[in-house]
Amino acid sequence: MDSRLIFEKSHKGRFAYSLPKQDNYLEIPTKFKRTSSLNMPEVSELDVVRHYTNLSRKNYGVDQGFYPLGSCTMKYNPKINDFVASNPSFTNLHPLQPAESMQGALEVYYKTAKYLAEITGMDEVTLNPYAGAHGELVGLMIMKEYHYRRGDYKRTKVIIPDSAHGTNPASVNVAGMEVLEVASNPDGTVNIEDLKAVLSDEVAGIMLTNPNTLGIFEKDILAIKELARQYGALLYYDGANLNALLGITRPGDMGFDIVHLNLHKTFSTPHGGGGPGSGPVGVKKELAELLPNPRVVYEDGKYQIKYLPTAIGQISNFFGNFLVVLRAYTYILTLGKENLKYVGKLAVLNANYIKESLKDYYQVAVPGLCKHEVVFSGLKSKAVSTLDVAKRLLDYGYHPPTIYFPLIVHEALMVEPPETESKEILDGFIETMKTIAKEAIENPELLKTAPHNTVVRRLDEATAARKPILKYQDIINN
Amino acid sequence: MSKVMEGLKYTHSHEWVKVENDIALIGITDYAQDSLGDVVYVDAGEVGMIVEKDEMFGSIESVKAASDLFSPVSGEIIEINQEVIDNPELINEDCYANWIIKVRMSNQEELNELMDASEYQEHLE
Repeated sequence: MDSRLIFEKSHKGRFAYSLPKQDNYLEIPTKFKRTSSLNMPEVSELDVVRHYTNLSRKNYGVDQGFYPLGSCTMKYNPKINDFVASNPSFTNLHPLQPAESMQGALEVYYKTAKYLAEITGMDEVTLNPYAGAHGELVGLMIMKEYHYRRGDYKRTKVIIPDSAHGTNPASVNVAGMEVLEVASNPDGTVNIEDLKAVLSDEVAGIMLTNPNTLGIFEKDILAIKELARQYGALLYYDGANLNALLGITRPGDMGFDIVHLNLHKTFSTPHGGGGPGSGPVGVKKELAELLPNPRVVYEDGKYQIKYLPTAIGQISNFFGNFLVVLRAYTYILTLGKENLKYVGKLAVLNANYIKESLKDYYQVAVPGLCKHEVVFSGLKSKAVSTLDVAKRLLDYGYHPPTIYFPLIVHEALMVEPPETESKEILDGFIETMKTIAKEAIENPELLKTAPHNTVVRRLDEATAARKPILKYQDIINN
Repeated sequence: MSKVMEGLKYTHSHEWVKVENDIALIGITDYAQDSLGDVVYVDAGEVGMIVEKDEMFGSIESVKAASDLFSPVSGEIIEINQEVIDNPELINEDCYANWIIKVRMSNQEELNELMDASEYQEHLE
C-alpha cells in the first residue's frame, strides 16, 4: 500500500478547487496579505480523497474489532448516540444564546448531571470538564479550595498508591500540591499500615481507583474512609474503572467525597483519537458550592444558567463538550436503570472468563476473582516478552491489550473485555492468545520480529523517542 | 541475572554510588536499566542544586515507563553527565560506567545506611 505523505504526492501546479476571479471583491490591505508561499501540497481532489480514505483504512477502532485495551473501557458506541447528537436542533445551538431559547439542551445537561449523581452516589455533578485528566484537576482544585476556605493552609499533600494511573500524580502536581506515594500490597490494594504511616494533618486527600489498576476491588475501602475522616483528609475517586461497579455499588456509598468520571469510557461515548472526551466531577453536598461555573439549575419552572461566586471559578469555555454529554445521556436512557445494572456484572464476567481460559498459558498477576479487567504477568513459558505477544496480536487483527502497566506488575499485560463483547468474540481472542503462547515456544523468532502483516513492521520506538521527527520539514532535511 | 558491581554502594530504589573522597558519583543499576528497557530521556536537575538523601533529584524515562531518580546521599550537585543527558542509551550500554550526577556529600555517614554489593545482590533475590 502507498504509504507516502500527502506532501510527497504533491505535483507542481495541480490543485483541487479554484474560485473564479471577481473584480468586485473588497481588496485586502497589502499589509495583511501573505507574502511567502503557503507550502501546501499541490494535489487534486481525487488525490486528497484517496489519501485520507486510505489512511482511515489503516486505522483500527471498536467498529472494526475487539479492542481489549486495559483501563480504557473500549466499549461499543451505539449509533443511536450519534444519531441524537447530530440533530441540527442541538448542533446549531450557540452557548451564548438566551437560556429560554435552549431549554431542551439545558434539560439534557441538568438531567445527565442528576443521573450521574444517582449512579455514583454523589450529591451534585458538573459536566464542564473536557476529559478525565481535566476532571481530575478540577476535583483536586475543589479539594484544595475546601481546605483553604477553612483556613487549613497546611494541607498540601495528596496520598496516591504506586499502582495508580499516571495521571493522578500528574494532576496533583498541576494543582500545586505534593504527591505522597504509598506502596501497595501485591494485589495493588492499599496497604493500611503504610497508609497510616503517611497520614498526617498535612494531607489534603487520598486518591484511589476502585477497582484498582490490577482489577481488584479495594476491600478495605470503608477502613480507608474512616482513616481519612480521622485525619481530616478528603477521599477522591478516579472513575477510570467505574464500569466494573455500574449498578452494583457506588463510590458515594463507599465514602468518596469527590469523583471524576470518563463518559468516553463508562458511558459509551467515543474514546481515543484525541477526543473529544468528557470528565464530569461529582461531589458530596459539603463541596457542592465549589463546583465550577457555569451551572444549570431548574428554578421557577425553567432551566437557567447560573454563575455562583462560591465556585472555584470557570474551567471551560461554556458547558464542556455538550454533544458528548448528549451521547452519554442517550446511552443512559437507552439502557435504563434495569439494564445499567448488568453492565458491571457482564464486564466482570467477561474478564474472569478470559482469565480462567488463559491462566494455563499466561501468568495471572493476582489469583482469585478479578473485576472488569485481568492483569497477566507475561507468558508462563517466559519464551518471549509481553511486547512480542502484543506485536504478534497485530498480525491476527486485534488491537493489543495495555502492556507494561500497572508498573508494579512485571511484564504486565492487561486485558479489559467490555460487556458489549459476545462470547464468540472472546473465544476467538482466547484461541488467538493460546496460539501465540504456543508459537512463542515453537518459533520465538516469529514473535520477536512481529508484526508481519501490518502496513509497517516493528517500529524502533527507542530511536523514535530519542530522536523524534515531528514534522515533514525534518524528513526533507534528513 | 542482573550485574552487581563490587566496591559500589546501593539503594533499595536501585541507584548506585561510587565514592571518591567527599564526592559521590550516582547512577542506576543494571537491574534498573533492564527493568526500564530502552532509556530515552534522563533529567537530572541542575548543577548547584541541593539534594537530600532519598529525595528525588531527577527522572528517567524509557519506552515503557517514567521513574523518579532518588539521591542516595545528601549534598550539592557539582556536575551532571551531559553525555548521558544527550545520549540516554549509554545507560543501557553500560550503566556502571555512565554516572548521572556527581554530588559533594554533606554527611558521609549516610553511606553507612546504603547496601554493599552482596547486600544488594540479596535484595534483588
